Amino acid sequence: MALKLDDVKRVAHLARVAIDEAEAQAVLSQINDVFKLIAEMQAVDTREVAPMSHALDVVQRLREDTVTEADQHALFQSVAPQVEGGLYLVPKVIE
Amino acid sequence: MHNATIKSLSVDLAARKVSSVELTRHFLKRINALKDRYNCFITVDEATSLEQAKAADALRATGRGQPLTGIPIAQKDIFCSKGWLTTCGSRMLSNFVAPYDAHVIERFNSAGAVNIGKTNMDEFAMGSSSETSYYGPVRNPWNTETVPGGSSGGSAAAVAARLTPGATGTDTGGSIRQPAALSGICGLKPTYGLVSRYGMIAFASSLDQGGPMARTAEDLALLMNVMADFDTRDSTSLEREREDYTRELAKPLTGMRIGLPKEFFAAGAAAGVMKAVDVAIAQYRKLGCETVEVSLPNMKLSVPVYYVLAPAEASSNLARYDGVRYGYRAPEYTDLTDLYKKTRGQGFGAEVKRRILIGTYVLSHGYYDAYYIQAQKIRRLIARDFTEAFKRCDVIMGPTSPTTAFRLGEKVADPVQMYLNDIYTIPANLAGLPGMSIPCGFDEKNLPVGLQIVGNYFAEAKMLQAAHQYQLATDWHQRMPAGID
Repeated sequence: MALKLDDVKRVAHLARVAIDEAEAQAVLSQINDVFKLIAEMQAVDTREVAPMSHALDVVQRLREDTVTEADQHALFQSVAPQVEGGLYLVPKVIE
Repeated sequence: MHNATIKSLSVDLAARKVSSVELTRHFLKRINALKDRYNCFITVDEATSLEQAKAADALRATGRGQPLTGIPIAQKDIFCSKGWLTTCGSRMLSNFVAPYDAHVIERFNSAGAVNIGKTNMDEFAMGSSSETSYYGPVRNPWNTETVPGGSSGGSAAAVAARLTPGATGTDTGGSIRQPAALSGICGLKPTYGLVSRYGMIAFASSLDQGGPMARTAEDLALLMNVMADFDTRDSTSLEREREDYTRELAKPLTGMRIGLPKEFFAAGAAAGVMKAVDVAIAQYRKLGCETVEVSLPNMKLSVPVYYVLAPAEASSNLARYDGVRYGYRAPEYTDLTDLYKKTRGQGFGAEVKRRILIGTYVLSHGYYDAYYIQAQKIRRLIARDFTEAFKRCDVIMGPTSPTTAFRLGEKVADPVQMYLNDIYTIPANLAGLPGMSIPCGFDEKNLPVGLQIVGNYFAEAKMLQAAHQYQLATDWHQRMPAGID
């Protein structure tokens, strides 16, 4: 099954990546080559196999519900593109 | 001095034959003279490195020095280092000065090591040639018309060119082992969970693992003693007793069983690679090892499985780059969605975008079971193949990469060809097993060949022993590229 140009544009929108017509065209054939490689998986019968989501069977560690981090928002915001009064600035989203 | 190992530099520092300031100045001088030839560093900060060297000398003077105190180490630019530009090879982070240290950086700092610079890499560690970096391609010291491998190609080239005695790398599908092989050095990807990923910029979280790169197995062991550490800030970090990774080095290999997967030795790798690997296996027999044939029947599926799982996880991990909290922001936009799209469209390079699109697609409605779940199921089959194989052997050996270093630009336009480079390295990532690469000869073009050693979970000390004993009997690891003195 091959992807179409509209699939590339739809996925690019879902991923919030701007992509122009020429770029979408170029990426389409490359992605379809990758999907030809990926299609080799489909021949394998895996009905009896449980998915492996993690390399090791470990359980999530829990910790006491206590504060462990100091407030460093000024430091972390020092690398932000636009900040005012401790808030990240973005274009207006509510009319 | 630059041709000495970490081990011998450590002895000299302890004996006061050399100071860390002298050592650091020496390597900085070499870096300044040669870094443009190989483009292996993104950031060098002489003043900070020298300050750390002075502190290391002061620490040694009080008698509280550790093995790595005063040793220059290059850090892959994927590890956040407080006050240092940390780009991950991307325009997206081209202005990102990390406000905190990765756990690995903290460990090196507390050991008194000197950060000698941040190394170039494939953008967000996505690549096998170090050509996708926003900062331009890295060149292989053995032949500057060829690639050093990737994604940790800057670290590999810097170690190969004797610009640093050791470096860090990260390995998601082979990104430590493959550049180590193509650049003629040693590299180790530890068992998943041994090295904390706190502050290590994420690519595919179920596979990513940091590890050391150096010129000898003994040096890798010394670096592992610092890097492997339990860390509560990484939820996948394993709580284990501290190990001394040098403890097995001196033991002879008599009786060690080496598994040779028939799939690693079937047609596929270049003749010059297989020849060197066969000679290395013969050397291991001389050292007293037995060899047994084993099988990894699902190995051929590891590349397709990887190219579903890694992009899927990457598409999720890289969602954080939004132009709002840190990093690049597009200069012009109309609304918030447009800000996101333009920032990501301009901030990411072609390979990263390609993987984000593939990952978003395989996770999207209607395709999740056919791609993502199917890949996770085959991942289990691949891991089981290793479990079966390790019932019959102590370590597995084979080639690290199907070819030696290829020409710059040769595979950039054909992602699938590039991806197939990692056929021998990806299986260990999928299973979470430790893997390493050591130099084992040269092909007809005089380019280095890597021997891969894969061990069972937590068998790093045994793998390092196998590598060290081989290096006592051979001198491939001491060979030096021409023209670097």
